[in-house]
Amino acid sequence: MLSWLPENVSTYGGEVDFLFYLIYYITGATFILVTVTMLAFLFLYRRREGRRAIYSHGNTTLEIIWTIVPAIILVVLSFMSQASWARIKSHAPPGDVEVQVTSKQFNWEMTYPGPDGKFGTADDLTLENQLHVPVGKVVRVHLRSKDVIHSFFLPNLRLKQDTVPGREILAWFQATKAGTYEIPCAELCGFGHSGMKGWLYVHPADEYETWVKERWPSSSQGEGSKGS
Amino acid sequence: MAESAVAVGTGQAVHVHHEELGFWRTYVFSTDHKMIGRQFLFLGLFMMILGGLLALMIRWQLAWPETQIPGLRWVPEPFMYDGAMGPEFYNAVFTMHATIMIFFVVMPILVGCFGNFLIPLMIGARDMAFPVLNMLSFWVGAVSGVIMLAGFFVPGGHAAGGWTAYAPLTAVTQYTGVNWGQNIWCISLILLGISSLMGSINYITTIINMRAPGMTFFRLPLVIWSLFIVAILLLLALPVLTSALAMLLFDRMLGTSFFLPAGGGEPLLWQHLFWFFGHPEVYVLILPAMGVASEVLSVFARKPIFGYRAMAYSMIAIAFLSWIVWGHHMFQSGMNPALATSFMVSTMVIAVPSAIKTFNWLGTLWGGSIRFTTPMLHGLAFVSMFVIGGLSGIFMASTPVDIFIHDTYFIVAHIHYVVFGGSVFGIFAAIAYWFPKLFGRMMNETLGKIHFWLTFLAFNGTFFPMHILGVGGHMRRIYNPMQYEFLQPLQPVNVFITVSALVLGIVQIPFVINFFWSLFAGKKAERNPWQANTLEWTAPSPPPHGNWGDTLPVVYGGPYEYSPPGVSEDYLPQTQSRVPHLAAAH
Ligand code: HEM
Ligand SMILES: [Cu+2]
Ligand SMILES: [Cu+2]
Repeated sequence: MLSWLPENVSTYGGEVDFLFYLIYYITGATFILVTVTMLAFLFLYRRREGRRAIYSHGNTTLEIIWTIVPAIILVVLSFMSQASWARIKSHAPPGDVEVQVTSKQFNWEMTYPGPDGKFGTADDLTLENQLHVPVGKVVRVHLRSKDVIHSFFLPNLRLKQDTVPGREILAWFQATKAGTYEIPCAELCGFGHSGMKGWLYVHPADEYETWVKERWPSSSQGEGSKGS
Repeated sequence: MAESAVAVGTGQAVHVHHEELGFWRTYVFSTDHKMIGRQFLFLGLFMMILGGLLALMIRWQLAWPETQIPGLRWVPEPFMYDGAMGPEFYNAVFTMHATIMIFFVVMPILVGCFGNFLIPLMIGARDMAFPVLNMLSFWVGAVSGVIMLAGFFVPGGHAAGGWTAYAPLTAVTQYTGVNWGQNIWCISLILLGISSLMGSINYITTIINMRAPGMTFFRLPLVIWSLFIVAILLLLALPVLTSALAMLLFDRMLGTSFFLPAGGGEPLLWQHLFWFFGHPEVYVLILPAMGVASEVLSVFARKPIFGYRAMAYSMIAIAFLSWIVWGHHMFQSGMNPALATSFMVSTMVIAVPSAIKTFNWLGTLWGGSIRFTTPMLHGLAFVSMFVIGGLSGIFMASTPVDIFIHDTYFIVAHIHYVVFGGSVFGIFAAIAYWFPKLFGRMMNETLGKIHFWLTFLAFNGTFFPMHILGVGGHMRRIYNPMQYEFLQPLQPVNVFITVSALVLGIVQIPFVINFFWSLFAGKKAERNPWQANTLEWTAPSPPPHGNWGDTLPVVYGGPYEYSPPGVSEDYLPQTQSRVPHLAAAH
């Protein structure tokens, strides 16, 4: 079933998918165990003439076992999840590229800081629904919203983060493969919610250079971002 | 033995009213807990038809976007355009589908109907502690339902911000274009909250004070335990929802800014308040169904429930934990990620009592003498479908996995496995099981089984593939999946789901036929058709006003004494004295 997952092109996407698979196998095995046991009991203990049900109120040992085993599994899962979660959402690495994404009904505004690397200066560039980034670089996305809550969703990069009016939220990703990917909005935001989407263009290094040069021809450096 | 005599009749009226009440007092403004229960049942079943039709409209749109829905060409613009839905109306339709199903179907039936009907009958009381409050609770609920439906007819259309009504979308009219629809939604739910509050006070008081002599807490049937816990959850959770709704109304109508950042408010506050109510609420929907399943499994396996105390304690544990997990709905909301971790841990922990319950149900089947009656089939379906819903919850509890599946159809699949697969199969089990006591007649078993099997298959055909959509990244609450390139390959799955959903709708017809046919022409039911132990089966079917004649039942033992040694029958009613069997039975 997990073969339906969109192709993963993110550095940390593998961790997400690993946990997805792990939980899939654990829950799948539990489901089979429970269902087979249930069907077996239903067959073995169906009503038959002259047989009386066993009179039993339970079994403390068994009950302790089936409390402790799931508890251990779930605690281990929590620990494993926690490590990846902190990496993805709490500790954003230093960015190679910084970009501001502002949601509004029903578009994404992508703002690039320009050669000076600072937002809110004259060389900023704002494009609607187009996010251009280089492959293999850490992209830090500063998420804002002008009106209601939206959700910035990059299925192929295993990133989802709501945008909330009144605050700025930092998200990040690092694409491993060049290509063009959809950016749907994942949180109901009004009648135009469906169809609110942008495109993520992950460029190979040279192509990205060209894109930057086209956008900021005056800049000798040709860098659309700080650092690198 | 003598222990049974210790509990003395608690403050209930011993005299029974025998005078004839008129039509209005008997059927409309009744204070009899059984009639109020039936009223809630009919309210819930009527609303279920409406909610179901809305669901089919959603499904039609998702399979064949923006095409004409057969039979709906009469609906005027701006709702539908020659039978095809516009996006505004689509949003209102899924908002109202969920609102109706949660607040006006599952709650009225499981809590309103079976809470009212079963609590006095199963604890051995003549009525609820506050009969007039009980009547008020129903009528406030019914008025709230009428108000909710009125929202469809106001200019601007009905609420369209989802049943979760996230602010600021719902707080400012121009964000959705919905004006009075959203106000009506708030007002109706505030009223419904008052109705539930009156009900829950009644349930708690009745269970604490009016148990029959000998009915100790640990002799209560598990369904009564579940309703007791649900009433406490409602009592504590609803005021939070009511306050949040009032704040939302103030933001909308009086110019306050609780949820509006421009005026210094905080959008996430709504989510915290809503889910602080919302998570206990989902357990309000499932706990009574767990109780029903426990009754039905034990009766039809002819076995004591496996681990009675563990079953009661795990429900208590679920109730406590349900107050500290609400943040799992907000992992991607912008809430501090460190906080998300603690919510992940509590959510993982809450899965443990759910697992205990499942294994104990299996233990109940082990070594039984199982009768596959219609209520039993629905009870077994409850267990297996709840397992799927509980297991899918673990995916979402894992914060990194939730990054991907949050707000996708994976959530929709989870919701429906727990609420339809759990609560609704619980409802079907309860109706089939208690129908003889509710209406004095038996339901037809053949029609019941046809309905069960077709529903079970169509249910899984409808909701299982939603996991696949979710894994494919299909967002929930979108109007037209074909607008996304990455979702286009998934469209055949959407079509399959819609066809299954249409079948699921159609196969409810045998249930409706069975229900009404049995109501008027079913075989007359005896007192105790299932040979069960609990007290309701010692009253006539249907029980008269006051439930029992001059003497109330006295309780001598637990509710699940099936197939005890030393007794020739395979059951031992709670009202039967244990003295001769004492040595054998423990
Ligand atoms: C084993 C126990 C369970 C676990 C671990 C669990 C976990 C979760 C999580 C983490 C979410 C949020 C997912 C997201 O939005 O990203 C969720 C949503 C939900 N759960 Fe559960 N759940 C469990 C049992 C139940 C039960 C018993 C019910 C109800 C009867 C239920 C009803 C819901 C509903 C209605 C939602 C979706 C609300 C919405 O966003 O519209 N869950 N669950
Ligand atoms: Cu949106
Ligand atoms: Cu929850």
